[in-house]
Amino acid sequence: MATLARTQRRSGLSRRQKTQLWRATQYAVFVAAVVLTALLADWSVLTENFTRPEYARQMFPELVTVALRNTVVYTLAGFAFGLVLGLAVALMRLSTAAPYRWAAMVYIEIFRGLPALVIFILVGVGLPLAFPGLSFPGGTYGKVAFALGLVSAAYMAETIRAGIEAVPKGQMEAARSLGMSHGRAMRSIVIPQAFRIIIPPLTNELVLLFKDSSLVLFLGVSLGERELTKFGRDLASGTANSTPIIVAGLTYLVITIPLGALVRRLEAHNRKAR
Amino acid sequence: MSRKASADGPAIEIRDLHKRFGDVEVLKGIDFHVDHGEVVCVIGPSGSGKSTLLRCVNLLEQPTAGRIVVAGEEVTDPEVDIDAVRRRIGMVFQQFNLFPHLTVLENLTIAQRRVLRRGRREADAVARENLTRVGLVDRAAVYPAQLSGGQQQRVAIARALSMGPELMLFDEPTSALDPELVGDVLAVMRELADEGMTMMVVTHEMSFAREVADRVVFMDGGVVVEQGPPEAVLEHPEQARTRAFLARVLDPAAAGSVEV
Repeated sequence: MATLARTQRRSGLSRRQKTQLWRATQYAVFVAAVVLTALLADWSVLTENFTRPEYARQMFPELVTVALRNTVVYTLAGFAFGLVLGLAVALMRLSTAAPYRWAAMVYIEIFRGLPALVIFILVGVGLPLAFPGLSFPGGTYGKVAFALGLVSAAYMAETIRAGIEAVPKGQMEAARSLGMSHGRAMRSIVIPQAFRIIIPPLTNELVLLFKDSSLVLFLGVSLGERELTKFGRDLASGTANSTPIIVAGLTYLVITIPLGALVRRLEAHNRKAR
Repeated sequence: MSRKASADGPAIEIRDLHKRFGDVEVLKGIDFHVDHGEVVCVIGPSGSGKSTLLRCVNLLEQPTAGRIVVAGEEVTDPEVDIDAVRRRIGMVFQQFNLFPHLTVLENLTIAQRRVLRRGRREADAVARENLTRVGLVDRAAVYPAQLSGGQQQRVAIARALSMGPELMLFDEPTSALDPELVGDVLAVMRELADEGMTMMVVTHEMSFAREVADRVVFMDGGVVVEQGPPEAVLEHPEQARTRAFLARVLDPAAAGSVEV
């Protein structure tokens, strides 16, 4: 009691008053930062360069029919390939055969460590040099799916492995006691439960891939194969105005924000199911 | 009682079984058998190795040394098709281990269809028959999470029975249940025993062992200490270790007064 009384006297404030003071300080700093930014920015130049409606208008309908469409196609193709490859790597990682585990580890460490940009350049420039005459099924689409898949598989493999390990050991035992082989038990019992657990992190991975699809820029694509970023950049350099970049950027948010909301709902759902 | 009189040899025969986890030897040379149609209850303090012994029978634990023959198949033979042997051995776990992503009916049909290659209609019919047997056919469409522990365990028994096993292993089937839910599960097991099912039951339910078992086996410290008819082992135990264990189990309040 004595200590408490002394502390109170020194600051002269109750705990409640201190909390209020701290909160007021936080608001003040925030408002100051906003006002300062608004005052210091050159709004006329900004408006001129980034928000010209006539440049935005000329982006339609190709923004949706070509650019957004291609972004979605690239992302989904890359995700599908990455998921298959990631599952394979995850199963190798959990294998009882040591060489498989090592191969999986090497793959994960390399492709998780390399910047996605470097992987795109390797796939776009390195592979054709290494294997002359190599052509991807599906042309550019196949090439992009391959590069995006390589990037995402390393992350997904670790996520899938964690999901598999989160399924209680008794599930495998029960399945085996019913006469299922190890592979059958994995396919029918363990992996379905693992995927239920990892749907939220996998959806997050989809959001990341969606953005990484902008690296298609470095593969060299034809007009009809352009995705959002390339499309926005081409128009921006054509018009010497950055409005198309802003519009293309906002288009990403149209997809990623609902996906983020979906992830939060799935996570809440999973928490309830436990 | 004998359900499979034609089969020669016991349903389970174990010779000089050893099991080691790292430096700890959990089973120190077990000789054990279960005859066809016999109900054997294995009792003993926790850590005595009784669950490990049971799990060795269908090779959920790999024995370190020794020989195990189940229904005429030597499961310790490295060449054995263990999946084929396991199809003939039903197992019920302490934690039920129902598949939470499948409905009750699907829990009972998935192995029938994937392992025994039964068609949907046949698998469904067998499943419903076994659900009726455990009194839960009206819950066929729900998921395990919507059932009580006792109901889940009865579904687990029905799941094992749907494979048409020749013998059943029970690993402390009522230990994870609230006391008021134990009775329904034991009733189902008693019925199975009455029908002549060969059963090996690791349990702490002394009254079940007394009333249902043909033979009671007391294990302690990785060895079989004493075995015989329930009235002999449970009422007139010969070994001091058995007496000490029974005193603690039958009168937990007096546990402090009895030293092992």
